[in-house]
Amino acid sequence: MSVEENLDRSALTVTSSPHLKDKTRNRGIMLDVAIALLPAVAAATYFFGTWALVTIASCIAGAFVAEAGIMAARGKDIPLGDGSALVTGLLLGLTLPPDLPIWVGFLGGAFGIGVGKAIFGGLGLNMFNPALVGRAFLVASFPVLLTSFRWPWNSGAWMGAEFDAVSTATPLALLKFSAVETPAMELFLGNVGGSLGETSALALIIGGMYLLFRGVINWRIPASYIGTVMLLALVGGDDPVFHLLAGGLLLGAFFMATDYVTSPITARGKLVFGFGCGLLTYVIRSFGGYPEGVLYSILLMNSAVPLIERFTRPRVFGTGVKTGES
Amino acid sequence: MAAKTFRGGVHPPEFKDLTSSSAIENLPPPDRVVVPLVQHIGAPCQPAVTEETELSKGDEVRLGQKIGDVDAFVSAPVHAPVSGEVADIGSARLSDGRKVPAVIIDSDGEDRPSEEIEPAGDMRNLSPEEIKGIIREAGIVGMGGAAFPCHVKYSPPEGNELDTIVINGCECEPFLTCDDRLMIEEPGEIVFGLEVIMKATGAKRGIIGIEDNKPQAIEAVREAVGDRDFEVVAVQTKYPQGAEKQLIKAVTGREVPSGGLPLNVGVVVNNVATAASISAAIRTGMPLVERIVTVSGDVVARPANLRVRIGTPIRDLFEFCGGFTESPARIISGGPLMGQAIADLDMPIVKGTSGLLALSSRIVTYEEEEPCIRCGRCVDICPAYLMPLFTARYPDDEALEYNPLDCIECGSCSYICPANQRLLPRIRLTKMEAQARQRDEG
Repeated sequence: MSVEENLDRSALTVTSSPHLKDKTRNRGIMLDVAIALLPAVAAATYFFGTWALVTIASCIAGAFVAEAGIMAARGKDIPLGDGSALVTGLLLGLTLPPDLPIWVGFLGGAFGIGVGKAIFGGLGLNMFNPALVGRAFLVASFPVLLTSFRWPWNSGAWMGAEFDAVSTATPLALLKFSAVETPAMELFLGNVGGSLGETSALALIIGGMYLLFRGVINWRIPASYIGTVMLLALVGGDDPVFHLLAGGLLLGAFFMATDYVTSPITARGKLVFGFGCGLLTYVIRSFGGYPEGVLYSILLMNSAVPLIERFTRPRVFGTGVKTGES
Repeated sequence: MAAKTFRGGVHPPEFKDLTSSSAIENLPPPDRVVVPLVQHIGAPCQPAVTEETELSKGDEVRLGQKIGDVDAFVSAPVHAPVSGEVADIGSARLSDGRKVPAVIIDSDGEDRPSEEIEPAGDMRNLSPEEIKGIIREAGIVGMGGAAFPCHVKYSPPEGNELDTIVINGCECEPFLTCDDRLMIEEPGEIVFGLEVIMKATGAKRGIIGIEDNKPQAIEAVREAVGDRDFEVVAVQTKYPQGAEKQLIKAVTGREVPSGGLPLNVGVVVNNVATAASISAAIRTGMPLVERIVTVSGDVVARPANLRVRIGTPIRDLFEFCGGFTESPARIISGGPLMGQAIADLDMPIVKGTSGLLALSSRIVTYEEEEPCIRCGRCVDICPAYLMPLFTARYPDDEALEYNPLDCIECGSCSYICPANQRLLPRIRLTKMEAQARQRDEG
């Protein structure tokens, strides 16, 4: 058979190498993050009822509307398919308390995307984690709503006589302001008051392991972040396990601090970043006015990312080492 | 013990089973060959029979007779791959787009060898200088793709001592199996080639590095090595394991300095096909006039490993393999990661052509670029330890600060990028700019 017989020259493309392409895409990575958050969403629904889903959905809706609106106004393609607004909405929803009015979540999602991401130029260009920007905005604007925590439907029994059945504080606040210690097993399962996604350590660990296993995130940031907090707790005479399981540390360490766009790209930079987040979190928890420090720790460290990267550039092959036998 | 390797790299699908069990077949020499006078890095050859006699249209040539040479150290002569008559001194297009002078020969179909071709005799009686002379005269260049003249590699500048020869049997590019088959079928040639190179350079240590996805080749080469004091090292199957600096790192632990050459750490790396050609030049006296080429791809009717004469049109190889089962979306000279896309099937096979691939759009995909999400995959896998996302920011001047000249152009970053960013093409631009500025300053 002649070569020309099945050769359509108009279909022949000439480009520079490489000619093969790995299958992973941005969209798939975002989808993996969303999948990894499902255990936490399920736990939130289990402990706080179906309104948890409504709250999370309202955040996602706000994120989508802001993304679509701003991109349309800029005359660009609307990139909802890339999944990043979905992840922002999901993450934001999981940091919010149960029973919020729909418009609060919607506003948070829209602010997170609009001010946290779009004004920097969109995906990949933002300096701060959009979900945390959304949460910071809501905390500043509606402090009472954002700190109204309640018991899960079946919880609080371990409190005995002090259990008032309806409202409560987060375990960190209970410890800080009322000197009440929450048992570790309750924290691990999530049978405590708190934000939707941060109560169940188990669900977050499952999600975090999934991301590590899939190679979506690297161990460095979660390990150095969590390790720093636990080590400081140990040195400071606190219970490291309590610091690990209570509050937003696991959600922050696995899902927020590991956000590609707003964390260092270098291996050593990731360790520095995690350490910084851990240090700030412990300092805020122990000495600050807030019971929890994950939110501001990560946002502060986000702003240090360019600097960290500058000082942690990898050693280029063939430089900086003796080039003889190693 | 885990297989030796370097840090970084990617694992593309191998696609090697299309041809890994296809024994090397001889492609009948074509009626007409087009032999480019530039098939190497260095000074272009002039058409010539000897230094004094020019080659011209109508001249009779014999198989293996020199038809091009130049009086320059960094160069390699070319030889007639068939016997016959010089039809013209014309030109040929190479896969990188260059148009170079070429000798066009009409074959008489006889393959009458040149009288100059005779075995070099017992290698033990040859001095290193004599061996280097034979290798130079045989026109032997690196056959892994770079086509750097071998005798130059074996002559280290003052102050550098060569102590190790690494024979590269990694063949880390997907699809390609020509080196694999050569190792399986003719391991003795490779081992003898290594002995010759060691004699020529005075190196004490000989290493043959083979990726561990080629157990048959490893076995065959080990057997051929026998009780000789050579190390056959199974290295991890990973791209670009066969890149010179990365292979040296894997098998010796030495790191070639930035901007330097393997010579700077006392090493020379040669591809297995190069070693086999050197063996042939010593044993039979036949210069480099043929090579093994893998013809593969999902739309090639009958993928194969072919021994072909230099100067054979690419068309003939595909023709021999039954043509295409459907129209290819891309035809590539070389491997799919570092090879060059071509559109002209009349280009000749040259000394550095390791493979010809015809791939459908199922394998060669095209997708629009998406925003970089700074996932860091390119940084994690860069075998030169660069930060490709920043090096690719040309024409932003900042890109120049991210070591463009250390890029080995393996393309792993473009391969892995989940945003489809054309990282390597942009890094090439940064690199060219950096080189231009160096020249301006220098």
